Parts: sequence; structure tokens; C-alpha cells
Amino acid sequence: MADDIKATIRAFIFENFLFGDESQPLPDEMSLIDNDLVDSTGILELVGFIEKRFEMKVEDREIVPANLDSVARIVGYVGRKQAS
Amino acid sequence: MCGIAGYFGDGVAPADAVPLLSGMADALAHRGPDDSGIYTDRDIGLTHRRLSIVGLADGHQPMLDGSDNLVISYNGEIFNYVELRARLIAGGRRFRTQSDTEVILHLYDEMGLDCLHELNGDFAFALWDTKLRRMVLARDRMGVRPLFHAKRGDTLFFASEIKALLTVPGIAAELDPYALDQIFTLWTPLAPRTIFRGISELPPGHLMLIERGRTEIRPWWRQSFPDAGDVQHKPDAVEELRALLDDATRIRLRADVPVGSYLSGGLDSSLISALAARAVPGNLRTFSLGFDTQEHDESRWQAMMAATLGVEHHAVRCTANDIGRLFPDVVRHVERPILRTAPAPLGKLSALVHDHGLKTVLTGEGADELFAGYDIFREAKLRRFRGRQPQSRLRPLLFQRLYPYLPGLKRQSPEYLAKFFGAGDDKIDDPLYSHRPRFRSTGSAKLFFSTSLKEQLGTYDATAELAAMLPADFPRWHPLHQAQYLETSFLLPGYILSAQGDRMMMANGVEGRFPFLDPRLIDFAAALPPDMKLHGLREKHILKQAAKGLVPEPIIERPKQPYRAPDSQAFAAAPPDYLEDLLSEKTVGKGGLFNAPAVEKLKSKMLRQGASSFRDDTAFIGIVSTQLWLDTFLTR
Repeated sequence: MADDIKATIRAFIFENFLFGDESQPLPDEMSLIDNDLVDSTGILELVGFIEKRFEMKVEDREIVPANLDSVARIVGYVGRKQAS
Repeated sequence: MCGIAGYFGDGVAPADAVPLLSGMADALAHRGPDDSGIYTDRDIGLTHRRLSIVGLADGHQPMLDGSDNLVISYNGEIFNYVELRARLIAGGRRFRTQSDTEVILHLYDEMGLDCLHELNGDFAFALWDTKLRRMVLARDRMGVRPLFHAKRGDTLFFASEIKALLTVPGIAAELDPYALDQIFTLWTPLAPRTIFRGISELPPGHLMLIERGRTEIRPWWRQSFPDAGDVQHKPDAVEELRALLDDATRIRLRADVPVGSYLSGGLDSSLISALAARAVPGNLRTFSLGFDTQEHDESRWQAMMAATLGVEHHAVRCTANDIGRLFPDVVRHVERPILRTAPAPLGKLSALVHDHGLKTVLTGEGADELFAGYDIFREAKLRRFRGRQPQSRLRPLLFQRLYPYLPGLKRQSPEYLAKFFGAGDDKIDDPLYSHRPRFRSTGSAKLFFSTSLKEQLGTYDATAELAAMLPADFPRWHPLHQAQYLETSFLLPGYILSAQGDRMMMANGVEGRFPFLDPRLIDFAAALPPDMKLHGLREKHILKQAAKGLVPEPIIERPKQPYRAPDSQAFAAAPPDYLEDLLSEKTVGKGGLFNAPAVEKLKSKMLRQGASSFRDDTAFIGIVSTQLWLDTFLTR
């Protein structure tokens, strides 16, 4: 399950923030902001994607780097939300 | 305001001189539609395209002095020429014309190169001193008027615009990849570098001296600030500012043709227009730009100011369709890639001025740099404030107040805001501290650079090159003054005054005049205590005080709205015909500068969604303009 989420998230990031450039490294723990993959609008794009793809509501208070700033954190966040 | 060009050296055969100079002048015809002239002598050629504004009947150039010892080809205006002329006449000098050009010749004859310090104006000129066999190229303090040069063998060629240099056989257009990196990081190439390899810009406030086989380029002026501990409070500063602004505006109304004024709806141009309207009662015409998009449009404020002044007001609307349609021409005039479409509407505005028969307009440019109007100054102050209590969850929320026009920030948590604006926060002594987040977010657009371009650039760091250019006393200045220096010395000449200023005005034969860039005001503003400029988070504090009684209170107190135009949003709303081919994988791949498949995806995303993230927007306009630049200058 977590692997499916991870594959979905990675595909979204590659397509939307790296524009298909798979030569770019994307380790699971890599910060999306520190490595200039997303900016403030990018975060909202990501939130919009998560809400639509995983059919869940991302609360404003949940839009924090601890939940969304790397592939691993997003996977963990989505997994926790689904479990709850 | 005109176009100048010429050469110095033995690389031009006498029979080729006139055709070569004519070709250079023709490339500058838009800058000077009223007259043209050529001067040649052994190893020297000068040409001139004239836009007649002062001394209409007798200002023909290149101009010789009375003894035929000095020859000048000059672009610009010396606004204190009346006082200088009177002083020179009182000293026994005799004038043959009414022009400001002749004033420079006399002044140089009397003072040599020191004459530059006497000139209150915007200028770029080539002066040939036949007795000393000395060529002088000089450029005004802030870089209002452009001047470029290139060598072919031992012969130096120079011109107001690069397109004139490209008419010289043997001077070819080639891309400088480091300049491209600079544009995609700093918004501008760092003078003397230009996007054309082998073609240099004479930096603002510099002169070039060629004599006895030696070439020397040196600064004759540079922006400076007092040491942080030496800043003095001025009790009468508001009154002094008013008086200086009044005089700076008054002398910029000197012309033998009518002078108009831009009216953006903001404080700066409103104040200048008010002072101008007072100086020429019933005689000022104002010009404004409107947009269909609400977030860019300031028509309401423009109308309010025009009604207050009772002037004859003209406005033009710029649509999404206009931006895409005009953009190739913008790149041809600007002669380099740009990251915003903002120059395009300004080209439409200068066309409006031209269509109403005016050749000269006042603008409010320079106030944001001198009096700390830009958000980046407030942002840097807030970042330092937050950095003192990094755990605070309240302080980062102030960033949302700073950028109410950026919808992407509204839903962000304090943690994210701290991260977005936190670039370089751990290095408060970094000379580029104020600009790190901007440079970083702009630089993220380099994601789209092709592998081969990235390999060529290697570890090159444009910000390191910028930092290495800062003056020795820079570290001793107040942080606000450091940030102001970065704006006034690099972005102002490199982008605002050139891409949005000179090039967009001269494209339609219109001369811009900038009262805020009067050297007396530059010195005055630099010496002001930082809190008289940025008072808490209130920008342009002293200017707002000076504007009271001249500008309606709602305009003084309205939140600052930076001049912006729709970027990718415009291309999404009305994709121009050329876009598909320009950004096709084939064309982009052939250009070799960008990752073609990634650009294809970016284009699809932009056209699907319109305005997107800062990075995507920057990348999209940067790529479109770079591809247009390649198409205009390299592949033809």
C-alpha cells in the first residue's frame, strides 16, 4: 500500500515539478523546498493533488513541512490519514 | 535622446567608413528619426541619429566645437545645461548653438574629464579630442542611456544598441552562457558582460579612455552610503526633499517640445506629475496603462490622480493578446532574454505617447530604489526580525501581509512561510542576504537548462560573481543600504532602466526623464537614516510625508502595488501563433540551451493552467524570450 502511494507521489513530482526529467535525483528523504522543487504555489498544487487522488481533505494546519516536504513525509502523512 | 555609434582604430578602410557608419546608424533609426549625421577622420568615425528635443534647429550631430578640436556624438539630455551655459558664457565662452551638446564640448574643453561631475543629466557620448588624439566614451551615473562596445582586431566599435554593432562585418552574435546564467539568477547580466559573447557594456558611471595606444575603463562615479555608525538625522529632511524634487522635476521639463508624464496610479509618478503640473499649469498631458486583469490594473487610481490635477489624460489598455503579439518585438529591442513580460505593456504605453505627438515623458522610476519602496527591503527586514526568534509561530505570518497579491502564500502555515523566506537566514553577514530568497527562487528556473549547458557552466555561481563586484566599504553600510545598493547598481540599470525603460521608450522614439535620479536626490537619499526610508514596515516613509498636499491621501496611503503584467497567464489566455513552433521539441532541441521534453511539458502545463508558480512562470517567460532571442539574433 505504502509502495503504491510512494509510486503515485513520485510520479506526480516527476511530472509536475521536474517536468519528466528523470535524470534529477529524488531520494525519498530529499527536501522539496531546500532543493527548489516546489515553492508556495507548488505546495498548493501538491495539496490539491493529494486531496483529489487520495480523496481526503488536507486541513490548513496540516500543510506543514513535517507532513509534505519530502516523498517519505508525504507517504507517511497520506498513510496516517488513510488509517485514521 | 538619440542613437550614437562609431569606431576608433585603423581597421576600417577609408572607402568603407561612410557605408559602415551608415549601416550602424540605420540600425538605430528608431532612436532618432529626426536627423542623422556622420563624421570621419583618420582612424575615427562617428555617427548619430537624432531625436530633436533641445536646440531643434541647430543641434545637428556629430558636433564640432568652434576650433574643430573636439567632436562629439551624444545621446541624452543635460538638464542643468542652462546654468552651465550661463556660467561658461560669463567666463568668456561663445556659443554657436542653443543645444546642450555644445555645453558638453565647452565644459570638456575647460575641465577635461572632470566635466562629467558637473553634468546633471542622462547621457552616453563619444568625444574625439583631435589635439590629444584621445577618444572618450562616457556614460551617466545610473545607466539611463546605454552604450556597448566590441573589438575587431585593434579597432574599437561602439553603439547605443548591440544591433548596430552586429552590422559591422566580423562582429557576430554568439551567446555567452554565463550571462544567461546571470539572467536566470539575478534578472540581469552583470555589466560589462552582455548576453552576446565578445560584446561589452560600458557600465553605468564609467568612462573609457583610449589614447596613445592604451585603453582604460574606469568608474568616474559610483553609488555610496555612509558607514552604519555615521548616519545623521536631518531635522528639515522633508522640506529639503520637497525642494529637491521640485527642482529636479522643473529642470526635466526643459525642452523645445512639450513634455508629458506617465501616471501609474502609485505614489511616485503621481508626485512627479503633481510637481510637473504645477510647473507648467494647464500644459501637462499624462499617460497611463490599464490591464483587463484586476490584479494588475490601477486605472481607478490613475483616474483619481488625473482628475485631481485636471490634466489632459490618455490611457491605453494592454490585453493578453497584446502581450503575446508584442513580445517578439520586445525581445528584439531589449536584445536579451527577460524573465517577465512587464516591458511589453510599457512599449504600448510609449506608442501612445508617440501617437499623441510627444517625444518626452517624465516617469517615477528610481523612487523605489532610493527611498526603499520595494517589498524586498521589507522582506529582508522581516527575515532578520524572524531570525531573532526562529521558534516564533507568529512572526512568519507577517510574510503574508507583505505579499497580499500572491495567492499562493495565503494558505501557508508559519512553518512553510519560514522555510520559503528562510534562504540564507543562517548567514546574516552575507552581503547578498537581502536578495538570497529572490536569487534562489529565480535560479530554480535553471532546472530547465539542457545537460550540455549545465556541463558548460559547471560550478559557475552568478551570485559569487556579483558578491565579488561589491565595493570595499559595502560591509560597513546599514543592511538596508546594502540592499538598496544591490537594487540601484544592478537591477535598476540592468533591467528597470533598460528593458522596461530606454528600450521600450526608444522603440517608439520617446525619451524618458527620471526626476528621482537627479544626482542631488541620489546623494540626499543615500545619506538619510534608514528609518526615514523604511519606517517599521512603512516603505518610502519620507516620500509619503513630502507628498502630502500634492497627492490625494488615498494614493499616498494605498498599499504598494508593484508594477506587474500578466506573464504566462497572458500566453495561456491568448497563445500567439509563433508559440507552438518556438517551443517545439525540434526548435528547442536545435537551440541546445534547454531540456526540450521538459519545456514541452512546461508549455502544456502553462497553457492548461495559466499563471502557476513563481518558478514555472519565470522559467516559461525566460525560455520563450531566450528562444525568441536565438531566433532574432543567432539563427538569421
